[in-house]
Amino acid sequence: MKTHTLTVNGKAQQVEAADDMPLLWVLRDLLDLKGTKYGCGQAQCGSCTVLLGDTAVRSCTLTVSQVGERSVTTIEGLSENGDHPLQKAWIAHVVPQCGYCQTGQIMNAAALLRRTPSPSEADIEQAMAGNLCRCGTYNRIKEAIQSAAQ
Amino acid sequence: MMPTFPFSKNKPDQQHTSTIFAPSRRDFIKISSLAGGGLLLGVSFQCTGKGKTSTFSPNVYLSISTDNLVTIIAHRSEMGQGIRTSLPMIVADEMGADWARVQIVQAEGDEEKYGNQNTDGSFSVRMFYEPMRKAGATARHMLIRAAAQKWGVEESSCTAEKSMVVHAETGKSLTFGELAAEAQELELPDQESLQLKDSGSYKLVGKDVPIVDLEDMVTGKAVFGADVRLDGMKVAVIQRTPVVGATMASYDDKAALAIPGVEKVVPIKGSGNPPGLNKPLEGLAVIAGNTWAAIKGREALEITWDLGENASYDSRSQMESMLKSTLAEGRVRRNRGEFKTAKSTASRVLDRSFQAPFYAHATIEPPAALASYKDGKMEIWAPTQHPQWARDSVAEACAMEAADVRVNVTLLGGGFGRKSKPDYVVEAALLAKETGMPIRVQWTREDDLHHDFFHAHSAQRIVATLDAQKKLSGWNHHTVFPSIGATSNPEELHPSDGELGLGCIDFPFEVPHIRIETHESTAHTRIGWLRSVSNIHHAFAICAMMDEIAEARGVDPVEQALELLADDAKLDFAGEIEGDFGNYGESLEDYPWETKRLKNVIRRVAKEADWGKTLPEGHAMGFAVHKSFLTYVACIAEIARDESGTITIPEVHYAVDCGIGVNTDRIRSQFEGGAIFGTSIANTSAITLKAGKVEQHNFDGYHLARMPQSPKKIYVHLIDSSRKPTGVGEPPVPPLAPALANAYYKLTGKRIYQLPFSMA
Ligand code: FES
Ligand code: FES
Repeated sequence: MKTHTLTVNGKAQQVEAADDMPLLWVLRDLLDLKGTKYGCGQAQCGSCTVLLGDTAVRSCTLTVSQVGERSVTTIEGLSENGDHPLQKAWIAHVVPQCGYCQTGQIMNAAALLRRTPSPSEADIEQAMAGNLCRCGTYNRIKEAIQSAAQ
Repeated sequence: MMPTFPFSKNKPDQQHTSTIFAPSRRDFIKISSLAGGGLLLGVSFQCTGKGKTSTFSPNVYLSISTDNLVTIIAHRSEMGQGIRTSLPMIVADEMGADWARVQIVQAEGDEEKYGNQNTDGSFSVRMFYEPMRKAGATARHMLIRAAAQKWGVEESSCTAEKSMVVHAETGKSLTFGELAAEAQELELPDQESLQLKDSGSYKLVGKDVPIVDLEDMVTGKAVFGADVRLDGMKVAVIQRTPVVGATMASYDDKAALAIPGVEKVVPIKGSGNPPGLNKPLEGLAVIAGNTWAAIKGREALEITWDLGENASYDSRSQMESMLKSTLAEGRVRRNRGEFKTAKSTASRVLDRSFQAPFYAHATIEPPAALASYKDGKMEIWAPTQHPQWARDSVAEACAMEAADVRVNVTLLGGGFGRKSKPDYVVEAALLAKETGMPIRVQWTREDDLHHDFFHAHSAQRIVATLDAQKKLSGWNHHTVFPSIGATSNPEELHPSDGELGLGCIDFPFEVPHIRIETHESTAHTRIGWLRSVSNIHHAFAICAMMDEIAEARGVDPVEQALELLADDAKLDFAGEIEGDFGNYGESLEDYPWETKRLKNVIRRVAKEADWGKTLPEGHAMGFAVHKSFLTYVACIAEIARDESGTITIPEVHYAVDCGIGVNTDRIRSQFEGGAIFGTSIANTSAITLKAGKVEQHNFDGYHLARMPQSPKKIYVHLIDSSRKPTGVGEPPVPPLAPALANAYYKLTGKRIYQLPFSMA
């Protein structure tokens, strides 16, 4: 057990955790940030996606000791009032079904738009291919990203 | 309590009626912790069987508070189908409530209070549409009466809209809240004379209404199974038996207990063989202060298993023997005419075999449940489709009274039938009772894929005969797969009547000689129901075969389907079916099998997709039609191959007759999602077992359709209907795989006889 200092959603936080504890469990179990979801633990599904700086990462395979100085943004910190353009677009297109995968989808899309502000359909498909949705909301996700990008 | 299968909701000889009543305020406060004055109504749902009447049990409560807020208790589980929105919409619309002033509260699992809450089998709207309307209409009548009395005017001159009663002539108006206390004092209106709105005047029903949980879902605030926290809560991760029915011979937990954070290791006694549908598997639980420590602790366990009889099970060799079994005569389940004669006089015989694998539900939220045991009472928080079955199973496993077990339903991160089985809830309860600590059981993805209640793998053989005029003269369908029933009763060797009722026995086409047979197989893993159940493999084989028959006859498959549905008829299969034709638990009088409605969706989909048009080079279309859960569905899929040889799915069209559409947006979203679920079934997913163990461990072995592989445009064409609403959660799935398989044949010349098939 070791003390790690992390910057999460703009706030410096100290946690006691084993070096190899994935960021996902640090967020969910130690910092009570439960919007980040577990789906596979193997970087296969994308439900645990958060931003590290401006890049989307799978928090289930990134250990707490690998985070270092970089700032972590979770769904709770994406916007102050749930009004990030992607969140608004998600609502306008009524994207979620069960909703479970959606926070990971939104975080992944946020990284895409930071990198590529006007993505083509092919860009979106390529960027979002790592995020599974068993309820099958892909087409609305695509539409929501397109309208948020405009 | 027996499990309720999705396809046998109630016996066809049973009748449902509903009653509105005025509950005591004390009862209401007990269930909802909502106090205060105002109007309070309950809807009870009565089930009358042959010659007996069950007692009334209130299903749903609705209240109007003096501060003008309408509260509706949602008694069904939300798992992405939008039911927490759709049912309250019906009530609110009948009432004339302002949707912005309606709040929805999730009910706990309690059959006495809410009646059957099993959310399965695409039947929530179907069953509760009328009672919800009546509840809303009752409230509206009482509010109007209260206003009319106050103003001394005729009730018929008042209207209720936007949570206000208005008297147009004088321009007077009062809010529901202002009238609630007076309305509460009035007699309930007579149910028989209750005036329901006609569907034309609905403001919500039949429209697109955003789901109520939307904002929480996009901000991370939505509470799923693993998101509830209690003081002192621990996390358990369980090493379960690798082979169903195996027992633990010995274990060593020293290394596990040495991991920082691990507090305890507790064995769970499993059900053995047969595994049953509501019992935990044998296992060893590692209990820790956080999830990661529990996962690492489990990795460190050393367990010796007595693997038992299923250790020699190999799903591939069972598939071989199931296929072989279809070559012999089986048990005849439906017979019309004399198939053997048709065969001996046939001008051509087509004899084809079809295979489909085991499928896992793979909800992105794996099973999880939290249990807390204090002072002889158990409280549970779980993402469950069937809270009452969970409660009763916990009570049985923990030797408690059901009344001492309370099940709170969280949102479900996908259900698809998996989360009606309460095994994971029972695990949490057993551990909480044993340790005295609040315990959250967390399944990993590996646990989920290894220990699911799988959709059964299946072998089918269809022999079709053409007569001298090239007409389809005979249809002989053999089907064999381990039955769901075998999970609790190994004597069940044949598919049940219920399972055959899922898209096999009700083969609707006008063919003079029909013979449907089943064969024996055994279950060596847990078999359960998955979104649309046996319709998955039955629709695949039937619709793929019909396409091949059309080709052999030199006719268009869409034309052939219309031709073989012949004249408008209500099918009853009278005298042909051995055993019960379930009709999804409904009588054929209430929900007749109408060929007209099927022809209607076929024509509509052909028109919308422009079937027969000249397609660009490298494109092809496939057609399939399949009725399930009382909903009529026709589907056309278009596929395309690019220069690199990659095949994609540019378009899928569905035409759907599901009666009255309540929330049209959620109907469309169910079909969009169903098409993608169907794409996984068709192209990517399969579970296999070797030496009794599942061979897929995570999403790198059990593949789901991802965005690039999924249909790019999914069009849902709803038939405008005033018929009773029917299911929409499951019906999109069955026709998708055969529509794709038929398109694939047109593009490549290769017929598909086995799922999944890769289009890459
Ligand atoms: S949980 Fe991290 S990618 Fe699936
Ligand atoms: S909305 Fe259910 S998994 Fe994506």
